[in-house]
Amino acid sequence: MARLTIEHLSKLYGDFRALDDVTLTVDNGEFVAILGASGCGKTTLLRQVAGFDKPDAGQIRIGDAVVSTPEYHVPPERRRIGIVFQSYALWPHMSVAENVAYGLDVAGIRNPERAHRVNAALALVELDGFGDRRPALLSGGQRQRVALARCLVTEPSLVLLDEPLANLDVHLRASMEREFAKFHERTGTTMIYITHDQAEAMALADRIAVMDHGRILQVATPSQLYREPADATVARFIGEGMVVPVANVEIDGDATCTADVLGRRVRLRHGPASARGTHACLREHDLRIAHGNGVRATVTSVVYQGGHFRVEATCAAAPATALHLTVPEPCGVHAGDAIDIGIDDGWLLPADHESQLSEQR
Amino acid sequence: MRDAHERLDHAALRGSLFVVVAVLSLLPLTRLIWEGLAPGGTASTSALVRVLTDASTWTATAHSLVTAFGGTLVAVVIGAIVALVVTLTDMRARSAFVFFFVMPLLIAPQVVALAWLQSFGPASPLLRMLGAAPLVGSRNPLYSPAGIIVVLGVQYAPLVFLTLRAALRSLPQELMDAALAGGARPFRVVRTIVVPLMTPPLLAGVALSFVSCLGNFGIPALLGIPANYVVLPTLVYQRLAGLGPGVLSDVAVLSILIGAMAVAGILIQDALLRRRDFRIPAAAASARAFELRRWRPFVETALWLLLVVVLVLPLCALVLTSLVPAVGVTLGIKTATLENFQFVMFEHAAARRAFVNSVALSATASIVIALIAIPLAYFVVWHKSPLFAAANIVTEIPYAVPGVVLAIAAILLFLRPLPIVGISIYNTVWIILFCYLARFLVLGLRPVASGYRQLDRTLEEASQIAGARLMRRLRTIVVPLVAPAAAAGALLIFLTAFNELTVSALLWSSGSETLGVVFFSFQQGGDSTYAAALGVLTVIVSVALMLSTLLFARRVPQGVLPWRD
Repeated sequence: MARLTIEHLSKLYGDFRALDDVTLTVDNGEFVAILGASGCGKTTLLRQVAGFDKPDAGQIRIGDAVVSTPEYHVPPERRRIGIVFQSYALWPHMSVAENVAYGLDVAGIRNPERAHRVNAALALVELDGFGDRRPALLSGGQRQRVALARCLVTEPSLVLLDEPLANLDVHLRASMEREFAKFHERTGTTMIYITHDQAEAMALADRIAVMDHGRILQVATPSQLYREPADATVARFIGEGMVVPVANVEIDGDATCTADVLGRRVRLRHGPASARGTHACLREHDLRIAHGNGVRATVTSVVYQGGHFRVEATCAAAPATALHLTVPEPCGVHAGDAIDIGIDDGWLLPADHESQLSEQR
Repeated sequence: MRDAHERLDHAALRGSLFVVVAVLSLLPLTRLIWEGLAPGGTASTSALVRVLTDASTWTATAHSLVTAFGGTLVAVVIGAIVALVVTLTDMRARSAFVFFFVMPLLIAPQVVALAWLQSFGPASPLLRMLGAAPLVGSRNPLYSPAGIIVVLGVQYAPLVFLTLRAALRSLPQELMDAALAGGARPFRVVRTIVVPLMTPPLLAGVALSFVSCLGNFGIPALLGIPANYVVLPTLVYQRLAGLGPGVLSDVAVLSILIGAMAVAGILIQDALLRRRDFRIPAAAASARAFELRRWRPFVETALWLLLVVVLVLPLCALVLTSLVPAVGVTLGIKTATLENFQFVMFEHAAARRAFVNSVALSATASIVIALIAIPLAYFVVWHKSPLFAAANIVTEIPYAVPGVVLAIAAILLFLRPLPIVGISIYNTVWIILFCYLARFLVLGLRPVASGYRQLDRTLEEASQIAGARLMRRLRTIVVPLVAPAAAAGALLIFLTAFNELTVSALLWSSGSETLGVVFFSFQQGGDSTYAAALGVLTVIVSVALMLSTLLFARRVPQGVLPWRD
């Protein structure tokens, strides 16, 4: 077990900033997800931590030991970490037991300890008795578990998981998610989980680091990330938040304020740095059809989603922002109808992200 | 400490690979060019002038160009038409056809030449049995430029076929579907879409077969020398055989001339390709076959008839000749004999030695090259450094230049004893081994490289994460996974070396004969029946090896084994 510290890490590929001043600390035993769309730099970050690539600036420490700086580099084989690869990377010419035992062989551990630890690792992932099989004969979920057993048998200080569920069926994913969570509980290993799937990240991680364009935008618990996004990008990315302009903000408590949102006076939550915020993040379930007392809006589309409808609408006050809300069945609203939308809650985005917001426009 | 070890592992391995590539691929030809500039060690143009003012040089050059262009034309016509028909139509038994069609590539050219000789001419057992042989004393029509051109064309048609077929297979179906949807009929689609897009592989095939025809020694040696029709490779051979190493500077100039012509052919192909954009979008689905419907039986018959003419009949003639007790005797059930086989296998000392030499040389070359290719391709494919990219290209040189050129370069390199150790490998079997290693390295490297490209790099990274250092990773993970590709490459090398004549004809000495050399001297001495028996044996070995690979073919990257479709 070890703490991972990444400080001001940057990586350039030509002119492209794959990693841009990334700083992240993962505590001993913590499960942190790194979440971002493809191309955001999350795989580059993982390869830096693993040691497959060298940084152009900054440093990485595992425990107290510096493992990566632009000048100094500990090769992957000496970092004592484990990786579960997206493709599992099981060696097809070895049996399950040989795959799992590989790291022990490298470390010079002999029978009976070797056999004992292989069996223990296979038991941990509930694959007792599968030792003699070839990886090719296993199902996707089983291969996943072999990869996990192989990575844990050497008791690495840190485990990296690179989109481990991306190649699995939807129904297998849910059960593997539970496996990972149980597994993390049992072993207490420090884990870093790379994914593009926010539901996966939310379900598993103690904390989530959201990445975009090589930068870490926010590191927070799943609930905090959803309720209190640090900026407009995170707000939009996580849970499809709607970012709308606000005016005349009046602070009326430590955590609440009132402000003009789309022409209505609305109560919002805010954080310490939000006083001069200009935008707010609204969630789907904060909006409802208000029947006469709300924001005037025109319905643009109604899509049935099983038990409820997703209604999209635009309002004259902020024509650039598409509003969306769920309406239970029966709905009675059609495209082209005029509706009133009531706003129950919202989050005032911190002010210092104003400049970034205008950049994106 | 261990970090230093790992870096040392890397540095030592990389360093020794560079040395191997430099010695095998760069050194011989550098030495040859040096000889052209400074014959015997002193800068002088005397050899250059002497050779370039000699009329026989220009006669041979003209002959070389005529046969190379003619042979290429025949090869391109046959190879291109067969590739189009085999790939784009719904013919049956395609894999079997490809296996046989590609076979001439893996049979020694000199054996093919003898087989063709035995199909025609007054001594042809086939014609004699049919009572259709020309009168004794009449000339075999194959002893002529036309004969050389036809046999060269048949020998190298598979080269054009293979380059075109690989490209046709990656031609996206959508491109043809779009034309069909636009109302074009299949012939129009082929003419307006397929053929224009196939220009680059076609030109590559043309260049490849031109260089091969230009460098071929076995065919013009068997068919041209009796007709006194000398091409550059046979001129080099005659000079060297007649006058010995004294004329080395002269043959060095001749070799450079052949090499320059080969390079010119490749450069012209390159220049032609630069003039237009031939990039093809990535294939979603590979080309689907056009239905031949009622034409199918006719097309199939035509294709198999072609096989009968270019392969079956010559091979039959070869087999029949090997059964004839003496040249000129009409073959019948009573006269057929296995004595020729008995003679070449057990009684003739040089032939027996040649079997041992050829098998040992081919096996050693294929194993040593596999051992070089596995680490070399590892760095070429997975550690994309410019130095290894350059090394990868350099290994092509000794294979791209005609064999005669490499052989002369090796003689120049090894005529004097090796420095420091003071041992001379000239006139031993080792100089032939050196040439095989240099020439066939690329044959072993290409399949292994494509094996690496198909392999998921994370398999190696996973073992690195488990703590394994470079040598251990190579031994436990990398080698087992690329072994099938390396084995296929080794087999290709074995087959090529086993049938080789060009290099060993110039480098052999008593005791270090190869099968090619013994075959050639039988034929030169008029012992066609012994030569035929030897030829039949080599064909049997080659075909058996080709067939044996089909057992593990599924684990070999596609396109590595030319005879496997």
